[in-house]
Amino acid sequence: MIYPESYRYTKEHEWVSVSADVATIGITHHAQHELGDIVYVDLPKSGSHVDKGRTFGSVESVKAVSDIYSPVTGEVLESNDTLATTPEQLNSDPHEAAWLIKVKLEGDNDLSALMSAADYTAYAGAEG
Amino acid sequence: MTTVGPLLKTPLNEIHRAHGAKMVDFGGWDMPVQYSGLVDEHHTVRKAVGLFDVSHMGEIEIRGPEALQATSFITTNYTANLKDGQAHYAGLLYDHGGFVDDILVHRVSQNHFFLCVNAGNQEKDFDHIRTSVASFDCEPEYASPKYAQIAIQGPFALATAQPLTETPLSQIRYYWFADGTFAGVPARIARTGYTGEDGFEIYVSPDDAPAVWNAIMASGAAHGIKPCGLGARNTLRLEAAMALYGHEIGASISPLEAGLNWIVKFDKGDFIGRDALLRQKEQGLTRKLAGFEMKGRGIGRDGYEVLVDGNPAGWVTSGSPSPTQNRNIGLCYVPADRAAIGQKIEIIIRNQPVEAEIVPTPFYKRPQ
Repeated sequence: MIYPESYRYTKEHEWVSVSADVATIGITHHAQHELGDIVYVDLPKSGSHVDKGRTFGSVESVKAVSDIYSPVTGEVLESNDTLATTPEQLNSDPHEAAWLIKVKLEGDNDLSALMSAADYTAYAGAEG
Repeated sequence: MTTVGPLLKTPLNEIHRAHGAKMVDFGGWDMPVQYSGLVDEHHTVRKAVGLFDVSHMGEIEIRGPEALQATSFITTNYTANLKDGQAHYAGLLYDHGGFVDDILVHRVSQNHFFLCVNAGNQEKDFDHIRTSVASFDCEPEYASPKYAQIAIQGPFALATAQPLTETPLSQIRYYWFADGTFAGVPARIARTGYTGEDGFEIYVSPDDAPAVWNAIMASGAAHGIKPCGLGARNTLRLEAAMALYGHEIGASISPLEAGLNWIVKFDKGDFIGRDALLRQKEQGLTRKLAGFEMKGRGIGRDGYEVLVDGNPAGWVTSGSPSPTQNRNIGLCYVPADRAAIGQKIEIIIRNQPVEAEIVPTPFYKRPQ
């Protein structure tokens, strides 16, 4: 399985990994593959706020622009600045080195509605 | 475009799927958008050789004693200047001067012209042509079902194609063609393309297409040939600043506005759209197609608004990173008096104006 077991996944092809009260968010292998060669990543500054289900940034490939949706609500602790200069990392290592933002969780952040790695593998496969 | 019913398939559909192409709905056709990756395919065509299935393109043939006069009447370019075996780019226009389509006109003989037209326009084109040539002694034929089209493009296109035919390909000049045998089957071999590189577009029977495709892939292996999708085809043609119907040109755009004056031959006699274009020429253009390069961070994409002096002034027709040149380029319509090289413009990218500048086109020209 290419999708880490410990992550949870959205229908919009983001992943989220929670450790204590900090969530790390990225886009999935399937998402980067669909987008193709990624050339720009727009991310929020640290200190800004993201809301569950709302867009917080965008990823742009040679072909198209795609919004990224936050699976959680909270304050941005850190954005992955290296993606500004090496956006292609998102194509090569979307689940690890090319994480997008780290968020300090606020309020109710129940992730149980998100997909498991097995469910997401089936979902992404079905989407083709 | 709305698609009703199942997607149309080219005779190479199974090959694309078997070789892992990513398929998309392209104007109702199930087409490969990429194989190994858009940028990789793009570089392959610039540096080696790429293979494209363009069988979705349409073909219309006009035959008869007045085929030449009829073709001249419906197209903008100087049809009578074509020799047997020669082709040129032309506009197929409405009376009001807008495009029905942009097409390639091949003169097989004085009594036989072979038109290659855009996939999404082919039925509309045929209706337009049939009606428009009714008074001429000729017979237009909707010939798309008779042809598959495969494009071999790149500096090693000649080396890839030559072993597959006895036709001496180096003697076919740019925008000429020859009928012969290719990979053992009857073929029309044209030295044309939509990438800005040297290359050939091969027309064969749909039944023969899979074997021809496989033969070209085998012949090109030594030259690093790769199958390519419509994604790379688009970035390649954009670098070469070639128009794409529905983007740079369309029913409400004239060839003069699109900078295609070179395909409009006012002195060739009457043709559909001539009067409207003459009026437009006399009155002066209000808008013009121009190339731009992004100066700020971002990519001006199709449909994005263009500002001049802070005011809405036009729109982007095509925009993309240029894989060959590492800059973000595009084409846009701007007021004709604001289209000069060096003009500063802004493009609205996700609600923010981003700086760009009008630059010369084509963005890329192949080394001679």
